[in-house]
Amino acid sequence: MPFIPHTENEVREMLDAIGVESIEQLFDEIPDSLRIHDLPGVPDSLSEMAISRLMHERAAQDGHASCFIGAGAYEHHIPAAVWEITTRGEYYSAYTPYQAEASQGTLQLIYEYQSMMTELTAMDVSNASLYDGATALAEASLMAVRANRKSKSRKILVPRSVHPLYRQVTQAIAGAQELDFQSVDFEREKGSTPLSAFKAHEGEDITAVVIPQPNFFGSLEEVDAITDWAHENGALVIAVVNPTSLAVIEPPGNWGEKGADIMVGEGQPLGVPLSSGGPYFGILCCSQKLVRQMPGRLVGRTVDEDGKEGFTLTLQPREQHIRRSKATSNICTNQGLMVTAATIYMALLGAEGLARVAAVSHQRTRQLRDAVSELNGVNGAFDSPYFHETVIRLDRPADKVLDAMAERGVLGGLSLKDWYPELGEAILVCATETKTEDDIRAYRDVLGEVLASVKAA
Amino acid sequence: MSKVPAELKYAKSHEWVRVEDDGTITVGISDHAQGALGDLVYVEAPEVGESYGAGDAAAVVESVKAASDIYCPVAGEVVESHESLADEPEHVNEDPYGEGWIFRLRPEKPEDVDGLMDAAAYQKLLEDE
Repeated sequence: MPFIPHTENEVREMLDAIGVESIEQLFDEIPDSLRIHDLPGVPDSLSEMAISRLMHERAAQDGHASCFIGAGAYEHHIPAAVWEITTRGEYYSAYTPYQAEASQGTLQLIYEYQSMMTELTAMDVSNASLYDGATALAEASLMAVRANRKSKSRKILVPRSVHPLYRQVTQAIAGAQELDFQSVDFEREKGSTPLSAFKAHEGEDITAVVIPQPNFFGSLEEVDAITDWAHENGALVIAVVNPTSLAVIEPPGNWGEKGADIMVGEGQPLGVPLSSGGPYFGILCCSQKLVRQMPGRLVGRTVDEDGKEGFTLTLQPREQHIRRSKATSNICTNQGLMVTAATIYMALLGAEGLARVAAVSHQRTRQLRDAVSELNGVNGAFDSPYFHETVIRLDRPADKVLDAMAERGVLGGLSLKDWYPELGEAILVCATETKTEDDIRAYRDVLGEVLASVKAA
Repeated sequence: MSKVPAELKYAKSHEWVRVEDDGTITVGISDHAQGALGDLVYVEAPEVGESYGAGDAAAVVESVKAASDIYCPVAGEVVESHESLADEPEHVNEDPYGEGWIFRLRPEKPEDVDGLMDAAAYQKLLEDE
């Protein structure tokens, strides 16, 4: 059987059958300005050998920069066994295991994933993944509206300390369904959201409150007080967390008196390589009472008539292949392979190993902040506790400094100018367990050299 | 053979209706409907105070393989909701005309109930299906 299904003759026959001259004509509806006709630097066709050579040359252009950028995607050491096992033939499919009788291995793995995730987050139930952290927040917002039937406003309070891209994605997906997202500002000196900023909404009909922990600046929020305030005001609490951090800080299931109701996050730090931005996967957990409104499926463990153990997909009646327009999971393509990697990563590290990764990451970030503070014109921007990421303020144009550092092989952080102009020349920096003390000294030295050469703002 | 109590009214979509002394109506699903759905695992009853038109989806019953809407037989406002079914959905299977009731409604026009099928008509509908 040929791999390319359509011969030129077959294409001709199909076009004749529908009365169209050329394939090109089928694209007439799309304005020309939206189409890309040639991809610069991409040749039409090459032999396998030539393409392999070209790709190696291009890859070499990236060099081996030392990366101190986090901002939602984190470089962690991934034990070799993680992807050795993940890419075994038995697991190597991102497709959803609809046929339980043929997918027991994958279902068992998802069951293990859910169990580990609920242990890590102290939440009651975990689904089996969403696209990524940002879409998980959008799904959680829609879920909160379905679940909080006492609230009619569809109003969700979202601190500005939530990742700006998460806020954009959430607005794009859920805004069209008439959710009313209201921004809550952070305290300039602390980089965290004061309870008083939420209290400005006291007495309003609020459907849900989003609480990031750690927030986009790496700072820790007063999660207990905000959670209790939200519950006293009839709102559900949606936590946005970094899973690695939960090994050392209070998990959302334990926040305040009652704990968060829904929790989302990006699963990438758990064994998924940075790979230029994807594929990643979204985590979503919730309390038992909200399980019926949760997008996605659960895997359960049960026994058959003969008492043999088996794994099954549950909550399927709410899915799009059964209930279409009323499904609770219209964007739940299972990021199964990423979940496989995360499960193996967590299993290999164990609770203790994950806590060690988190603790060393925090320690390195503190060392980095202390080291750069010795330089003239560099200061920590906030005085609140942080996890493995923090904001530093420069007395030179941040973009120029970062460019000059990159030329010297150090990706020095993310400029916050576009999203938070009020912070001035501020950059977000991150150090994980992959950075040695030598790497941190090298960062300080390069930043010092660059500051001496870049003119003041 | 499914039970079709003679004193109740029925909708084509298999809900039953009982008119109470105070003019409200109680709504559930017929013995035939619960049998066709199989073991229920969840019932989402409507919120008290919500108003529905005739034929609007007011509740959801979920079995292992399907989730089905329960339609409001006549227009009205929900005055009571059988919320404990969320934890004990089996009542709908075991006692569809008793403990398995789903919600109570104050009809906009009490005479709308007269437009529903009587037991004989519903029995015939089941035989024809």
